[in-house]
Amino acid sequence: MALADKDRIFTNLYGFQPWNLKEAMARGAWDGTKDILAKGKEAIIEEMKASGLRGRGGAGFPTGLKWSFMPKQPPVDQNGNPKPSFLVINADESEPGSCKDREIMRHDPHLLFEGALVAGFAMGARAAYIYIRGEYIREAEVLFAAREEAYAAGLLGKNACGSGYDFDVFVHRGAGAYICGEETAMIESLEGKKGQPRLKPPFPAGAGLYGCPTTVNNVESIAVAPTIMRRGAAWFSSFGNENNRGTKLFQISGHVNKPCVVEEEMSISFRELIETHCGGITGGWDNLLAVIPGGSSVPLVPAADIIDCPMDYDGLKKVGSGLGTAAIIVMDKSTDIVRAISRISHFYKHESCGQCTPCREGTGWMWRVMERLRTGDAEVEEIDMLYQVTKQVEGHTICALGDAAAWPIQGLIRHFRPELERRIAENMPEAAE
Amino acid sequence: MADRYIEPDSPELRARWGNFAWTPENAEKAKDVLSRYPEGRQRSAVMPLLDLAQRQVGAEENTQGWLPIPVMEYVAAYLDMPIIRVVEVATFYTMYNIAPIGRFHVQVCGTTPCMLRGSDGIIAACKKRGMKAGHISDDGLWSFTEVECMGNCASAPMVQINDDNYEDLTPERLDVVLDALARGETPKAGTQEPGRHTVEPSGGPTSLKAMVTENHDYRGEW
Repeated sequence: MALADKDRIFTNLYGFQPWNLKEAMARGAWDGTKDILAKGKEAIIEEMKASGLRGRGGAGFPTGLKWSFMPKQPPVDQNGNPKPSFLVINADESEPGSCKDREIMRHDPHLLFEGALVAGFAMGARAAYIYIRGEYIREAEVLFAAREEAYAAGLLGKNACGSGYDFDVFVHRGAGAYICGEETAMIESLEGKKGQPRLKPPFPAGAGLYGCPTTVNNVESIAVAPTIMRRGAAWFSSFGNENNRGTKLFQISGHVNKPCVVEEEMSISFRELIETHCGGITGGWDNLLAVIPGGSSVPLVPAADIIDCPMDYDGLKKVGSGLGTAAIIVMDKSTDIVRAISRISHFYKHESCGQCTPCREGTGWMWRVMERLRTGDAEVEEIDMLYQVTKQVEGHTICALGDAAAWPIQGLIRHFRPELERRIAENMPEAAE
Repeated sequence: MADRYIEPDSPELRARWGNFAWTPENAEKAKDVLSRYPEGRQRSAVMPLLDLAQRQVGAEENTQGWLPIPVMEYVAAYLDMPIIRVVEVATFYTMYNIAPIGRFHVQVCGTTPCMLRGSDGIIAACKKRGMKAGHISDDGLWSFTEVECMGNCASAPMVQINDDNYEDLTPERLDVVLDALARGETPKAGTQEPGRHTVEPSGGPTSLKAMVTENHDYRGEW
């Protein structure tokens, strides 16, 4: 049973209607925002906790809980003045396979701005910065224009929505660095530096942007908040399995007949998702080879394990992978699976920020070995050596990019070792370009 | 981040760009950018201002724009920050061109989701037209880069040319776009698949069908 249209949050997901304020309000954005804020900070955070919403940026940390980590009393600077707090909205959507925040920003930006106000108010933030990836040029133009509309209508700025609360939202464009999606790298980048992640602790909730308390949330997590507040935690938590509640934007790419982005119930089975919205697998279900279910950072899952798997955090964890951003990359049997993963290794080599040696050197090393395994120009022992190296990169870097580079390779070796060995045995020179 | 080389400083470069300054219009924009950040934190504006400077250079040269060293120095002085900190930012982020570039910067996504949908053919079509990485075509029109995931995976394969994306490409559809650009036209951006609007399933949405024809308000059905 697919999600009913009335229960979809992003009703203009495909942009058939204008994104502008007038049309967005007619669809229900900015509806009773003042009343939501009148409930008070504690009540909003409790409602968000009760909704079961987990962060939509990949890690799946409970959103309400994250908001509650912001200090109740602001820390003071050296002159004894209270420091402001900030909300940073992570719109640096760069994970291969992920293309959901783009649709929110270009087609329903007012849900995001309203969410920024609700979230910022709940955590006592002075302002929000939306950090949008640089390549989303037209999407950023929509955000700038939508922000102007919201200010002109008194929805943001001084006395936002007539609530008595002053709240500003600013849009900041990145310039093409995947690593800036990591929260502390994003803060560094916002401060005008190279996007290299910071050591934690201190965590951003203690000392983030400009040394002030900061919470970083994904676009989707923020944009669903106003609707959750309007319809109640019980409504949102009626979707999905225990601990995996709500609706979710799924992005299906690769070998399906009709790739698309669609909002669905959490825990929908892979088969139902593909059959309902994507017109099936290219060449039919028997032609399915493997699926990367959560963006390039998570290990692949072979066809047999994924077909009836619930698409949620726990279901995919059970099959050795993860939901990530729900970016589902489908690969049929025509896929050169080694090349597909090697291309992901190239991505991480390209995007490593260069700060930690295991990642800077390891990502390049792993990619070069992957390229040799692709053509079979390797020794069988090198498969284990590669696996060992991934284990030496994983967990030995400041941020999770090292882990993200290691996991796809580990998934490949776990599930497709015979294929690697076959190529080495045949040493296929014809696979080389 | 590797494989990028900054255009060396030279007397010719200084002669051409040593007097770089904001146009009156961009001076206003730069002030607006500065107003987004707290007092004393103007360094935060370095990224938007480098982008603005790159666009101004592009407008002067009729290219996508790039950042000669003297222009970076101008931005550093404008923000009262050391030049090396500006160069660090310009070299770290791949969207800043640190060497001359053509009129159209053809950036083909080659990451796995696009690869699965046929980006090899798109790259081959670009190469067939004489494009290659780090090279400006003789007519000054084309620069080419194979880039990493651009976030258009549900309408892959895709190419970003300057500010616009062209999605759901085939080599033939790409040729149509490139030919139109070469003639000075503005081809339709977004998906090139006939009948497809954005990222709904091709052939019509499987959900939210009421939205196709009217700005439907679902609140009455809650």
